[in-house]
Amino acid sequence: MSILINQNSKVIVQGITGRDGSFHAQQMLSYGTRIVGGVTPGKGGQLVHGVPVFNTVIQAKKATASDTAVIYVPAPFAKNAILEDIQAGINLIICITEGIPVLDMVEVMRALEGTQSRLIGPNCPGVISPGKAKVGIMPGHIHKPGPIGIISRSGTLTYEVVYSLTYNNIGQSTCVGLGGDPIIGMRFVNILEMFMRDDETQGIVMVGEIGGEDEQLAAEYIRQYATKPIVAFIAGRTAPPGKRMGHAGAIISSGNSTAEAKRAVLKSAGVVVVDFPEEIPLVFQEKLKYAL
Amino acid sequence: MKIHEYQAAELFVRAGLPALSGEVAAELSEAIAIAERIGYPVVLKAQVLVGGRGKAGGIKRVTNPEELRSAFVQLKALKIKDCLVEKILVVRAITIQKEFYVGVAVDAARHDVVLIASAAGGVDIEEIAKTNPQAIRKFYLGGNPQINEGPAWQAFIRSVFDDLAQQRQGTQIFQRLTKIFFDYDCSLAEINPLAVDDQGQLCAADAKINFDDNALFRHPDLHTLRDIRYEEPDEMEAKKYGLSFVRLNGNIGCIVNGAGLAMATMDIINLVGGEPANFLDVGGSSNPEKVIHALRIILYNKNVKAVLINIFGGITRCDDIARGLIEAQRQLKFSVPLVVRLIGTNENEAKVLLNEQRIFTYPTMREAIGQAVELAHR
Repeated sequence: MSILINQNSKVIVQGITGRDGSFHAQQMLSYGTRIVGGVTPGKGGQLVHGVPVFNTVIQAKKATASDTAVIYVPAPFAKNAILEDIQAGINLIICITEGIPVLDMVEVMRALEGTQSRLIGPNCPGVISPGKAKVGIMPGHIHKPGPIGIISRSGTLTYEVVYSLTYNNIGQSTCVGLGGDPIIGMRFVNILEMFMRDDETQGIVMVGEIGGEDEQLAAEYIRQYATKPIVAFIAGRTAPPGKRMGHAGAIISSGNSTAEAKRAVLKSAGVVVVDFPEEIPLVFQEKLKYAL
Repeated sequence: MKIHEYQAAELFVRAGLPALSGEVAAELSEAIAIAERIGYPVVLKAQVLVGGRGKAGGIKRVTNPEELRSAFVQLKALKIKDCLVEKILVVRAITIQKEFYVGVAVDAARHDVVLIASAAGGVDIEEIAKTNPQAIRKFYLGGNPQINEGPAWQAFIRSVFDDLAQQRQGTQIFQRLTKIFFDYDCSLAEINPLAVDDQGQLCAADAKINFDDNALFRHPDLHTLRDIRYEEPDEMEAKKYGLSFVRLNGNIGCIVNGAGLAMATMDIINLVGGEPANFLDVGGSSNPEKVIHALRIILYNKNVKAVLINIFGGITRCDDIARGLIEAQRQLKFSVPLVVRLIGTNENEAKVLLNEQRIFTYPTMREAIGQAVELAHR
């Protein structure tokens, strides 16, 4: 198994005729992802890399029975792209777009309530289940199928962690980029729950950072329900308070949102908190001796 | 984006909120003229975009032109958290009977807009939250862009304001503040203190508005309110080239792709005994030009003794970064050593290009950081 996506996921690409959408559609296709359609209003009827383009998500879903959507449209249009997915009943929405206004996300989160749709992102690298499917922008070749699930608020820092795992011959079940914005769809706790239930996943890596209190909520969950070893790296120990460090969500505003506070609460919940990303494979080599 | 109190107060007045009558002055003669129009006593308030103004002596009450003169000169000479005082707001002085706090903000964890009120206003709200959390009341809009004045609202407003008249006025103030919040895509709209004057009326004795940077594209009119003197010149310039940059106190310049990796790079520099000079995220799409701008901005800082380049190529192509570095070295002619670690997309092409220029690369982040720290200590 793996979580969220696999070789059977049928994916539509919103913004497929744009520069980023078109480039990544090709990358995902060559990774083996089942890209069944694209959506760009007004461009229906075209083909991009052999993939049919539709004007609306509803049309695309009707024609392709897609269950997953990935969004590459510019920030001013991203809210409507997500709302369209929710309306069409898409199960999994992965929003790569960066820079969406916060009040747009308030509206999106309200629209998600009571529906079957789940949102990953925005401002995230996407999701990959190595060897099965990649839905996002991460470099596929650094991944390798295996027993470690990764949940991260970052992009390239996740690649660093994946690379060091793969280099040590430890593969990944699914890697989930949650996104760097203050308001995101699925959070650490939601993905932790899924990994706990996933047979393939034997150990979990959390890559957190300053800002918000999601790592604290995750620690609460871990304290009560975690049955698999968890290793965490938290970025931003040297970040000055009040400054936005690239990610809109990465700003220290209260005492609880510092890296040290997060490290302490995760440690107290039994998580192994490392100082250097390259320590992560060593922890699993120790903890999962027999499984690896 | 932050704006000054006087600018926020103008938006308040336009929205029908009870702000104190007053005007902003850059020169003493203007301040005197404003005071004569309003009538003494008046309060002079230094306009800076940082907090802690009251404690720093940035607010002065004066009763005549003599006092105004000396207070004005004192305020102009003031430096609040390194910020110079350019403008001074002159407002009617009131006798404050009581101070409330009212604010509208986004609660990211509950992904909702929250209205906050406290009968213990006048001080830092974060301070109240720490020392007396029961004194802070919250009302969630539940996704609506306006207040639903049902029983929950009545209970909220009664828990804050004493009498019926104040409750009515408080409701109206919250309605208007909420409208400003949504109309302008704010991240914060706050009145602290919301004062009760000697006639028992509520009035905004301060005004604070922050805007969501991601939504500024919807409000081109707000750009004129930006006070660029309060933004670091190198941070401004970085923004122009699509770089995310924050200046820090150390001597190791950093060019990294991705915010998380950039923060982690800074952290590890620190752990192994160095100090980063900056946070810099070159962003996703690689463009050799961006690397040149990044290096130029980093090298403005004369403390920088080494520049660490840490790139994990995904969308970013390592050979583009290498071309940028080589071109920057040719154009900028600097002697500060570069420590390069590149991995991922087109890494081999990048190494060939760099080695031809006698720039050598390190295989891991840890080794590169170790080398940069050593060079910075020399």
